[in-house]
Amino acid sequence: MITIGLLHSTIRGDEKLILEAAKKRKVNIKLIDIRTEIFNPLTYKIDFDVALVRSVSTVKGTYAANFFETFGVPVINSSSVTHICEDKFYTSLYLSQKKVPTLKFALVFNLEQAVQAVSELGGFPVVIKPPLGSWGRLLAKVNDMDALEAIIEHKDVLGSPQQKAIYIQEYIKKPGRDIRSFVVGGKAICAIYRDSPHWITNTARGGKASNCPVTKEISRLSKAASEAVGGGILAMDIFETDKGLQINEINHTMEFKNSETPTGVNISGAIVDYCVKVAKKS
Amino acid sequence: MKGTCTVCDASVTLPKDTEESEIISCSDCKSRLVVQKISNGKATLEKAPVVEEDWGQ
Repeated sequence: MITIGLLHSTIRGDEKLILEAAKKRKVNIKLIDIRTEIFNPLTYKIDFDVALVRSVSTVKGTYAANFFETFGVPVINSSSVTHICEDKFYTSLYLSQKKVPTLKFALVFNLEQAVQAVSELGGFPVVIKPPLGSWGRLLAKVNDMDALEAIIEHKDVLGSPQQKAIYIQEYIKKPGRDIRSFVVGGKAICAIYRDSPHWITNTARGGKASNCPVTKEISRLSKAASEAVGGGILAMDIFETDKGLQINEINHTMEFKNSETPTGVNISGAIVDYCVKVAKKS
Repeated sequence: MKGTCTVCDASVTLPKDTEESEIISCSDCKSRLVVQKISNGKATLEKAPVVEEDWGQ
């Protein structure tokens, strides 16, 4: 029988759904709280067939993924996929390189270059995001030069070195919503609309989830984006633009607990099935 | 299963399938708590950790 090593920190509703889905499928789950592990390759004993990274902490999850890969254990998502998806700049670069429709972007380290980059992106407004970050935190819609100067000065004075990498993205006026597709092994198994009157539509910031039918365009775009970053279990944030659908960001430890009901799709079950499939292949 | 809220001392009833490391809310004061340990049908609760910069999905 296959055992999935579920690498976690705090256990959210999403992890509970995965546990329930595994139980229904008679798949063993070994809960591994990575905060209390000792990652010593000389003493660590592996007693699972596949690792599923569900750490809410990106840093801890990435270290754990790298550790288990050195033992030859398949890790979902792999450290290389995580490396790309945890950083918005790297994600944009890979999408752009593979010609997957995505928003215009640039990365700079100083105000002078930021002014030039804004001009290259088509002018204000633009969106500044921390390259590493989630749940819509620290996003800034920058409408003019005054705001740009203020944001960059604040980052310069108050920010950690990571915050001094300034990722700038063109601003897209959304129709009061965006789309999130849930992609398992390259297939978009379902999608939701995230409705919000605010320009930030993350459900963590109050966006309301409702079912979004998976159209051919969503399916094609999701598959292409998944392939561009290395595949696995991913959630695509998609904007409806006047140029068609475009990928905004990709999440490598997707949260889905509020999406099973509106879509009617057993996302947790699909995650478990995928893990089993990968374990049997290895 | 029961535990005690570390913020307001209320007795908190938890579902049978509660896991260690799970985040829950106190039914009385609504504080976010984490299940630190489960032993002999009793849960040890602590105040949940605050969100850190690298948390997310």
